Amino acid sequence: MSEFWILLTGSLVAGCCGILGVFLVLRKMAMIGDAISHSVMPGIVIAFLLSGSRDSLLMMLAALAFGLLTTFLIQMFQQSGIQSDASIGVVFTALFAIGVVLVSLFARQVHLDQDAILYGEIAYVHWNLWELGGISMGPKAVWLLGFTLIVISAVIGLFYKQFKLCAFDPALAAAIGIPVALFHYLLMGLVSMATVSSFESVGAILVVGMLIIPASTAYLLTERLGVMIGLSVAAGVASTFIGYGAAVLLDASIAGCMVCASALLFVAAFLFSPTQGIVAKKLRMRRLAS
Amino acid sequence: MNDIWSMLSDPNMQWIFLGCTLLGLSSGIIGCFSYLRKQSLMGDTLAHAALPGICIAFMLTGVKSIGLFLIGAGAAGLLATFGIGYITRHTKLKQDAAMGIVLSGFFGLGIVLLTLIQHGDYGNQAGLDKFLFGQAASMIASDVVTMSIVCGLLITVCTLLFKQFKLISFDAGFARGIGYPVALLEQLLMLLVVVAVVAGIQAVGVVLVAALLITPAVSARYWTDRLGLMVVISGVFGALSGAVGTLMSASVSNLPTGPVTVLAATLLFGVSVLFGPTRGLIAKRLLRKQVKKSFTRENEQLAKSGANNGVKKEAAL
Repeated sequence: MSEFWILLTGSLVAGCCGILGVFLVLRKMAMIGDAISHSVMPGIVIAFLLSGSRDSLLMMLAALAFGLLTTFLIQMFQQSGIQSDASIGVVFTALFAIGVVLVSLFARQVHLDQDAILYGEIAYVHWNLWELGGISMGPKAVWLLGFTLIVISAVIGLFYKQFKLCAFDPALAAAIGIPVALFHYLLMGLVSMATVSSFESVGAILVVGMLIIPASTAYLLTERLGVMIGLSVAAGVASTFIGYGAAVLLDASIAGCMVCASALLFVAAFLFSPTQGIVAKKLRMRRLAS
Repeated sequence: MNDIWSMLSDPNMQWIFLGCTLLGLSSGIIGCFSYLRKQSLMGDTLAHAALPGICIAFMLTGVKSIGLFLIGAGAAGLLATFGIGYITRHTKLKQDAAMGIVLSGFFGLGIVLLTLIQHGDYGNQAGLDKFLFGQAASMIASDVVTMSIVCGLLITVCTLLFKQFKLISFDAGFARGIGYPVALLEQLLMLLVVVAVVAGIQAVGVVLVAALLITPAVSARYWTDRLGLMVVISGVFGALSGAVGTLMSASVSNLPTGPVTVLAATLLFGVSVLFGPTRGLIAKRLLRKQVKKSFTRENEQLAKSGANNGVKKEAAL
């Protein structure tokens, strides 16, 4: 039964991150995703210190606030004349450092493990159960991730057209009256939500792997946005299964193996993609030459 | 204050203090060039990518020596830069996505290797996870010596090749035109970044070492428009943050060095953002006020002279 819960949790993480990652990769904001996944850390820790429990709405809200704060600060420094990548670097390292200092100062008083935040402990997911009126309803992480996935799908589904236009041509979107800035912050808010609900299972650092790698894999395989989202989620789920298998074989970190598996899938797509793979390109060149 | 002096009189502490200060100095200097070349996040990617290199070096030899780790991490870093270049050249993925892929892929591999080491029967592995956040106090004298030599080397190379680096940071096309080996110099600069990152890993940690490259350089940019001065200021800021980070983390138990150093650098950054002479927020606000004042004064004068003209015209009529 534990295997079922671990795989389900991993697949839900892959679902949440896969959908959002597509938009991050298309809008060339992959590194902002990386920054947010680091900088929600102080939010998680502060909420944990205030509430003393791991599964609160407070944690979600605090992480959301820090995610939006990160986006806002990056934007602000960028407008005041700092290069965009440098402003990303300054903001997320500072916030992450605050988070780590808070953990190391107060970790003794509360049960919060630095390692658990960073790499997650998906193996313990099925021990942390949610009980409702004495009946066990399954692991809490699954409920949290399920809720996040529903929110993400609902928001993206409702505003699919707007997100699509903002991703490909923000200038046109602004010209026809779509509030581009609002959708930017909405997307970043969703990314922070996905990060905080996955941190328990894959950790704050590796979630960026689940955000960017499957989406990039999908980007190499198709040119249609709808298909790309589907492929991205599929690649994420596949890497969860492969990664779990490898982790059991090697007795190593499950989250690490999942990210490695998705990197392997990316390499496969990079080499053998029917339209843009290295092999396909080489074959086409040879055909043209002959 | 007395605590700090008594701590500084401890010879071991003196070494560590010196090493961290030198480290901050050299990363600050190199960070300037990577900032101007718009490659700030490369340091972050290289730092994350160094983790599997360190783990493999440890698995192969079974010793924890900073020299060996330098080699392993350097190899992994070069592989990572190569990977990023290869992905951006051969696919439609942009550089940021390529960096994200390489960063998380390598880091994931590093975590897997780290757990393999922890679960496997490698003796003497305790403290390898200190590399994630850095613990300057865990350094031994030989580590500090290696680190100081490396930092000294970095500073020397930057001083000797200052003119060349300056040119490729601002106008690589021109540098190529007058016959500099630009590709070679770019690779050398990348190699220097790798070395700086790897040297900093033990003191500041994999996750945050990039901040030492980015934050002092960005702060220094607020104070000057001249590269020479910027490099010096950035080096001083880096050295200051390194020194403060070491002292703070040594005086409070259980506090890793990396985050404290980064917070010190961020504090300097905040000061620069506020008080920078021409780009700072306060200077900008003052300038705006001044411009507004002179504008209204001019307007008033214009209106007055306009009124005078009107009076004269009436008189003429």
